[in-house]
Amino acid sequence: MSRQYETVIGLEVHVELATKTKIFCGCSTEFGGAPNTHTCPVCTGMPGSLPVLNRQVVEYALAVGLATNCNIHQYCKFDRKNYFYPDNPQNYQISQLYLPICHDGWVEIETETGKKKIHIHEIHMEEDAGKLVHDEWEDCSLVDYNRSGVPLIEIVSEPDMRSADEVIAYLEKLRLIIQYLGASDCKLQEGSMRADVNLSVRPAGSKELGTRTEMKNLNSFKAIARAVEGEKNRQIELLEDGKRVIQETRRWDDNKESSHAMRSKEDAQDYRYFPDPDLVPVVIDDEWIARVKARQPELRTEKLERYQREYQLPLYDAEILTGSKHLADLFEETVALCGKPKEVSNWLMTDAMRLLKEHEKELEELSFSPANLAKLIRMVDGNVINRTVAKGVFEAIFAEDRDPEQYVDEKGLRVVSDEGALKEVIEEILQKNPQSVEDYKAGKQKAMGFVVGQTMRAMKGKADPAVVNKLVRELLSR
Amino acid sequence: MKNILDLTAMELGRRIKKREIGVAEAARASLAQMEALEPTLNCYVTINEKLVLKQAEKVQSRIDSGELDSPLAGVPAAVKDNLCLEGLPTTCSSRILENFVPTYTAEAVQRLLDAGMVVLGKTNMDEFAMGSTTETSAFGVTRNPWNPDHVPGGSSGGSCAAVAAGECFYALGSDTGGSIRQPSSLCGVTGIKPTYGTVSRYGLIAYGSSLDQIGPVGRNVEDCAAVLEMIASYDKKDSTSVSRKDCDFTRALVDDVRGMKIGIPRDYFGEGLDDEVRAAVLKAAEVLRDKGALVEEFDLSLVEYAIPAYYVIASAEASSNLSRFDGVKYGFRAKEYEGLHSMYKRSRSQGFGPEVKRRIMLGSFVLSSGYYDAYYLKALRTKALIKKAFDKAFERYDVILGPTAPSTAPKLGESLKDPLKMYLGDIYTISVNLAGLPGMSVPCGRDRKGLPIGLQLIGDCFKEKNILRAGYAFECSRSYEMPKMAQESAAGRMTDNVTEKGGGAGI
Repeated sequence: MSRQYETVIGLEVHVELATKTKIFCGCSTEFGGAPNTHTCPVCTGMPGSLPVLNRQVVEYALAVGLATNCNIHQYCKFDRKNYFYPDNPQNYQISQLYLPICHDGWVEIETETGKKKIHIHEIHMEEDAGKLVHDEWEDCSLVDYNRSGVPLIEIVSEPDMRSADEVIAYLEKLRLIIQYLGASDCKLQEGSMRADVNLSVRPAGSKELGTRTEMKNLNSFKAIARAVEGEKNRQIELLEDGKRVIQETRRWDDNKESSHAMRSKEDAQDYRYFPDPDLVPVVIDDEWIARVKARQPELRTEKLERYQREYQLPLYDAEILTGSKHLADLFEETVALCGKPKEVSNWLMTDAMRLLKEHEKELEELSFSPANLAKLIRMVDGNVINRTVAKGVFEAIFAEDRDPEQYVDEKGLRVVSDEGALKEVIEEILQKNPQSVEDYKAGKQKAMGFVVGQTMRAMKGKADPAVVNKLVRELLSR
Repeated sequence: MKNILDLTAMELGRRIKKREIGVAEAARASLAQMEALEPTLNCYVTINEKLVLKQAEKVQSRIDSGELDSPLAGVPAAVKDNLCLEGLPTTCSSRILENFVPTYTAEAVQRLLDAGMVVLGKTNMDEFAMGSTTETSAFGVTRNPWNPDHVPGGSSGGSCAAVAAGECFYALGSDTGGSIRQPSSLCGVTGIKPTYGTVSRYGLIAYGSSLDQIGPVGRNVEDCAAVLEMIASYDKKDSTSVSRKDCDFTRALVDDVRGMKIGIPRDYFGEGLDDEVRAAVLKAAEVLRDKGALVEEFDLSLVEYAIPAYYVIASAEASSNLSRFDGVKYGFRAKEYEGLHSMYKRSRSQGFGPEVKRRIMLGSFVLSSGYYDAYYLKALRTKALIKKAFDKAFERYDVILGPTAPSTAPKLGESLKDPLKMYLGDIYTISVNLAGLPGMSVPCGRDRKGLPIGLQLIGDCFKEKNILRAGYAFECSRSYEMPKMAQESAAGRMTDNVTEKGGGAGI
């Protein structure tokens, strides 16, 4: 009989901050670039070079800390983490151990099992390392220091999560908050957001924590979910077989859907942390905190509430629109141009979503301009085109960001409401369908619908339906 | 008639400004002295031979065009080999940086270059500034110009010996635990360690980052004050740099110490102090008393804790600072190795000398988990207490006066046999670094063997002017002495002599 187990998960999330320059020098943080072109004596560890803290890094770390309900160490310091590896030019990483900038916060997540608080142990600032490139042909390794010194924050959670669902909900929550703050684009695939999973299992009801492992190399939400399941099962199997879980760091291979041990606790290094004497303590006064708070952009919960209040949107619409910073921005910018929030919401939630699905694209890939959607909505509202035509125009906007006015003119899609021209068309249809005239006179209202439909078809949808209705009724009633 | 080499840096600067002496002429005089004495003394690791005269020409034309106005424009000088200078090897006197050529210039050096310094070369030092004799250099010992059987002190031994021998007119050194003041004392020249944060450390290859300061070495107080005035500046590239408005140090040079309060710590005159040094230093105090200073003894306390605290803190920082020398990016890499770790181990084992390895091991140990609190944290607390003791003393005194070193220069080979004894030689200088204070060594006589004795003047933070004034007043009571070897060498090349021109300033 297999016992019941509880999975206990804590996360270490690294987020690359969206500063223009590196954390301790003026080099660009831009992704890409030929190897070692975004470098200087500081980020390549040249003798005699000294680090100088980029204030924007503190601002972003503060903003994330405040948005995740953290306490702030108003006197915080940087420490050196000493270890030898070639991607680390100084052979120490400047990080924060003793006094991290933020501590003891929380975020609320929601899963099928309900709402829950996930506590944050700390958030600290640190520098990223360079990239090692192993050349199999030449049998050598090369180092690219372009990433060396790119600012990171590490968000360390408490072991509060119990399932892959909670892990994903927590990560999505963090990502949304950080994106909203503009502190990072949080792209897992590009490595601007990385998560290491600490996981252990224990018999259900037990208070003691089991031996944990740390899982690395997780670069998508799907990989994380699979890794959590895989590691949970591996540990339970070990325990069921009467074996022990070894405290170690493991590397997830998403292709094989399995992990292998990288290093055990016995090999754990002594990092000989000590305060970096090249940097002075960061003093964050109340005024600075107040300034960051004041500049804090509206976060999701506030936006959700405002969308219902200010735009009179139903909760359902508001939730979907605010679920992505990109979508929310698109919505607000469009509304600012043409008003009609519900109309804008409908286009985004039905037509845009449908097309995304059809083209297998991500929300973040919506790339049309708010101006074109706003124009389209105004054209429908002003009866320049009718709704059926508008759907086709939207597809052109979605695919190529076309200007709807130009597009409609090019294709001759404007509504025809000229009564003379429409009368001619209707007369022709009535001549071809004498039965319909008789049916109508015999009191069959349906017959009118048929004639209207035929007219619209003949007009390729461009006829103004109100005018067509009026004329058909007149001509049938003669 | 007077030899160029008899001039102080400021005197030479004035003569150059008046077009009485050409920059190239001054540089050639220094090069000739170097050629004559380097085989014996070995003050330099790298001599900038090819570039010196070119540089001299350039500086001369900048002076002629009126672009350069600095009092030291055109004066040839030397730079300690732990200060980066773009294009010239910067080795820290270590095998591991033997072929390292920096791509940038240290801020302090750049400020002097902008002011028209002609760089003669890079001076020898203890490897990575770890040592008190310049004997730990990987490129041979430097000898004391007063007696080549003796060491020049260290770690800025090359800079101090070069100034004493007339192989340059002034030099830059660095001081982590006495590395400017102690060799200045042992070579009979003047050297200043400024208040921590006064001179940018950008481009100084770090030993103990929280203690390191760059400072001047010169023949007299005036030269040092003038150089310090030029290198002191806030630098946004160094986070520990301080913005000061009182860096007009040469204004402090007045021969007037009336009413100045000078404290002599009894703790500095206890066991281990050489009798001749004691007598010379107390005599110097008398000179200042006679000039109107109020001199009294007091108890400073905690002096005995400075050395252990220093070796813990400096070694801890050094163990981390020196980890970048790994054979990956620059400098020495072992010829044979198998894999990454073997490359690290062999490059570092072969590249570093024994004293450096000793301090890296000591530093790694005190930072290890389980020992951090007992050693490193305790040392930091001790450092804070020492600062407090000085704060208390400076409530009563403007200047603290004592010896720079317990004895005159030891013979070559004597010190490294007993490193603990060598460490104890730093007893009077180390606490100044721990407290971040300014300190200066001024020559105050010689012992029976003819070796120089130094007087140390210590000021409160940012009070360089007090020690400069006291040092200047003391110096006015005596004349500068050049080692016989240097005088004879200079006198042997009478063709280099300068004939005083009409209207020239008398020397």
